[in-house]
Amino acid sequence: MVVDEDVATDRVFAALADATRRDIVRRVIAQEASVSALARTYQMSFAAVQKHVAVLERAGLVTKERRGRLAVVHPDLGTLAVATRLLDSFEALWRARIGRMEDLLAAPPPPRNQPAD
Amino acid sequence: MTVISAIPDTESLTLTVVAQLAAPPARVWQLWVDPRQLERWWGPPTWPATFTAHDPRPGGRSSYRMTGPDGTTANGWWRFHAIDELRSLEIDEGFADADGEPDLTMPTTRMRLDLSETADGTRMTLVSHFASVEQMQQLLEMGMVDGMSEAMSQIDAILGEG
Repeated sequence: MVVDEDVATDRVFAALADATRRDIVRRVIAQEASVSALARTYQMSFAAVQKHVAVLERAGLVTKERRGRLAVVHPDLGTLAVATRLLDSFEALWRARIGRMEDLLAAPPPPRNQPAD
Repeated sequence: MTVISAIPDTESLTLTVVAQLAAPPARVWQLWVDPRQLERWWGPPTWPATFTAHDPRPGGRSSYRMTGPDGTTANGWWRFHAIDELRSLEIDEGFADADGEPDLTMPTTRMRLDLSETADGTRMTLVSHFASVEQMQQLLEMGMVDGMSEAMSQIDAILGEG
């Protein structure tokens, strides 16, 4: 199970190591797009974009749906949600740190003696 | 709260946090380069940090220890990659072993700080770039986010003193 998760995570990062594939993910999060529309956007062959989309599909980052003659690419928000949740935690971490910074800036000389009560 | 924006980028595993602070850049810079001030904000109150080395110049290293509520300790390090006095610094940071030596089996985080003067203080921009989701999970398990509510209540308590 743990090994499966590691393999899945490796696939996600291998898939996202390529700038075009990252851009495809960004685009389809904003709006679903067909493989042929993506090919026009990147001025790449249909086959080249098809390969990128296949890598993203295997990583579970996008899904492809056939609609008439078009292959429409959607984001898989479940996989992306894991990374988002972790980034959110770091945002909370930094908000707390910045809160402590503010506090230090507001009271430069730290109080040395606390009143007994 | 002075945090203006926090923008996570899931594809590049980057978090950008922008804050407005009510003090000039020279004062904010001290929070980063003076280890006694740095350790007052780096770790949460439940995991306070102690910096045993802090050498803010290119190639310089820092070492710190964080101590949890049950006495557990976690060590970390920084390495200064670039530094522009009062304006910016870029560090790599990561875990260290029990002796404080960088644990090279663990991934590192690249972090960049930029300060710029504004009419009412300093605009601080922080960009953290994470190597992998596993690394982010490891950092979270280290207890760095633990005690968030304690941190907030401590701030409220100190503000209440004034």
